[in-house]
Amino acid sequence: MATLDQTTEVKEGVDQETVDAVREVGGKYKYGWETDIEMDYAPKGLTEDIVRLISTKNEEPQWMTDWRLEAYRRWLSKKEPEWAMVDYPQIDFQDQYYYARPKSMEQKPKSLDDVDPKLLDTYAKLGIPLKEQMILAGVEGAGDTPAEARDGERKVAVDAVFDSVSVGTTFQKELKNAGVIFCSISDAIRDHPELVKKYLGSVVPVSDNFYATLNSAVFSDGSFVYVPPGVRCPMELSTYFRINAENTGQFERTLIIADKGAYVSYLEGCTAPQRDKSQLHAAVVEIIALEDAEVKYSTVQNWYPGDEDGKGGIYNFVTKRADCRGDRSKVMWTQVETGSAVTWKYPSCILRGDDSQGEFYSIAITNHHQQADTGTKMVHLGRNTRSRIVSKGISAGQAQNTYRGLVSMHPKAKNSRNFTQCDSLLIGDRCGAHTVPYIEVKNNSSRVEHEATTSKVDDEQMFYCRQRGMDEEEAVALIVNGFAKEVLQALPMEFAMEAQQLVAISLEGSVG
Amino acid sequence: MLEIKGLNVKLEEEDKQILKGVDLSVEAGTVHAIMGPNGSGKSTLSYVLSGRDGYVVTEGSATLEGHDLLDLEPEERAAIGLFLAFQYPVEIPGVGNMTFLRTAVNAQRKARGLEEMNATEFLKLIRQKAKELQIDADMLKRPVNVGFSGGEKKRNEILQMAMLEPKMCILDETDSGLDVDAMKLVADGVNALRGAGRGFLVITHYQRLLNHIQPDVVHIMSDGRIVKSGGPELALEVEENGYGDILSEVA
Repeated sequence: MATLDQTTEVKEGVDQETVDAVREVGGKYKYGWETDIEMDYAPKGLTEDIVRLISTKNEEPQWMTDWRLEAYRRWLSKKEPEWAMVDYPQIDFQDQYYYARPKSMEQKPKSLDDVDPKLLDTYAKLGIPLKEQMILAGVEGAGDTPAEARDGERKVAVDAVFDSVSVGTTFQKELKNAGVIFCSISDAIRDHPELVKKYLGSVVPVSDNFYATLNSAVFSDGSFVYVPPGVRCPMELSTYFRINAENTGQFERTLIIADKGAYVSYLEGCTAPQRDKSQLHAAVVEIIALEDAEVKYSTVQNWYPGDEDGKGGIYNFVTKRADCRGDRSKVMWTQVETGSAVTWKYPSCILRGDDSQGEFYSIAITNHHQQADTGTKMVHLGRNTRSRIVSKGISAGQAQNTYRGLVSMHPKAKNSRNFTQCDSLLIGDRCGAHTVPYIEVKNNSSRVEHEATTSKVDDEQMFYCRQRGMDEEEAVALIVNGFAKEVLQALPMEFAMEAQQLVAISLEGSVG
Repeated sequence: MLEIKGLNVKLEEEDKQILKGVDLSVEAGTVHAIMGPNGSGKSTLSYVLSGRDGYVVTEGSATLEGHDLLDLEPEERAAIGLFLAFQYPVEIPGVGNMTFLRTAVNAQRKARGLEEMNATEFLKLIRQKAKELQIDADMLKRPVNVGFSGGEKKRNEILQMAMLEPKMCILDETDSGLDVDAMKLVADGVNALRGAGRGFLVITHYQRLLNHIQPDVVHIMSDGRIVKSGGPELALEVEENGYGDILSEVA
């Protein structure tokens, strides 16, 4: 299929919307455009001065600056990890911008009305309107019943992060009434220092790993959530990350605290323009769940994966960890990973509280030359803790997909249980799937179960679908969606549909 | 409607001739049955007509309403109205039966330049058709053929056929693995679709299905050829005397 790229000449009189629509259908990565906007950059490279500059730009107090500098010094002595099954050229950390902010954001807009329309357009184009509006819930979920009408409309509060800064957060007032704090992390550092001081770095310590340490030094923005005791957050919270500027790393930091008995569901989406040169993304997400609290964290990661020959794309090195600190707390990670050239990511749970629960549902789809090394760590410390891992890896083209997981039962984690299921699906014969489970059990009352399967999209299934009238791509999408269903079902409804389409887009051109 | 002329087919992987000059013509609105011993090439014929990989046509032609079938992709053959009820319906884990059918129906509609059927319309239609085949709501929701009994799988094939409304239906050993009650349900489903200019090619090893689906023409296939054709009485002859007599008669 011929695709219209950004430079294709368009005949006069052709409606821009039509052109966009055609691009969307024809293009392989539909979020690959960039926003033409004036940016403020910090000078290239990383030094103590840059760290100070970022801190100053964010108007941070001294303690935060010191925290960053401490991280920076530690980072200097750390080495990039090499154990992951990913292969990429050496990253020149001095050839990056660590801070990029739209010029119009110099004065922080007081409300969404003051935000540069170009920025609002960017998010509208991504399907994330930053107006305080209802999100139509009439989308068809991953379920089987078409047309079963869903009742009413639902609200989703959105925080939008553009390169290094948060553009705006919707539904502030309504959340405030419920006592929920949802704002950018830079606002939180200024407005809620006691919470930030107490929890920042308490789950992912500054010196945790190379990328987390880098992030601690240079993180520019991200989201902050605090749900007070006994409060059920009245709406889904969502952050939408967009990398736009060239040669710029994105280092966001997310901190979510669910106090005793609180509940919150949080969604995260990511896209980036299509570029020949790879870009770095190194985020840290920390979740703290106190007694009886529950946090659901869902990610639809669709960073630019590079082109068919493996040129360009995002290097995604992310540290995500939840601390189920309180008894009976529960954290659920759900991720759909279709983008990025290289993914290195292990959302984990530390099951510290007795009877706490951790769940991890993941679909990682790799096509062309993408590489994903992803999985989870479930560290059982408390008694009667439970964890469940469902991981589905799908590889096509020449991609490599690795599940790497650790299940660890400590001596005190009596009567704990883990169930792990890792399935891999191969499309074509030049791709690879790998499963690397680590299991440590240090008590004799706990139980760990592990299941792993690898299968190929079956010729019989393909023929059956095609005999019923579906073309090859439709058939693969259907079969793969079926394979991924357990995970898709764990997603909030708004994302399930998007994720299903992503699965289809990501595998486009992988058959035949 | 379906015209097969001098069809010669061999396996792709090994040099083995399976069909050795099949001639067959199914007129619109008629039911033809093909009977024959195991290994005579009946199922191969159904696979070649529907475009499954693994076969090479060395000679001959097959057309449906003038379209050269052998030149089309499997989904294109489906779109012009060819349907194969599989001998062994395939399981697709995680894909709801209804989702599968809706995707298929809309794919065919799209290929024919029709608008997609909306969810409400689709739901209404499938509920009605499912009821006739005694397929309950639960079976519509379950993943395609996963954990279905033999009878359920075959009824499901007929449901798909009823939803897709093909012009030419090939039933490959639809009676295999069915008890008498299930066979009657399947046959009723097929009979309800008869007429309306629709052609049927019923492939079966035994005569018993033909008690329920009365054929207009019966063909006997042996060693890659159709060796004898006749009326429904030919099926009864097979039932009584087996294939031996007929085969030695034509040899």
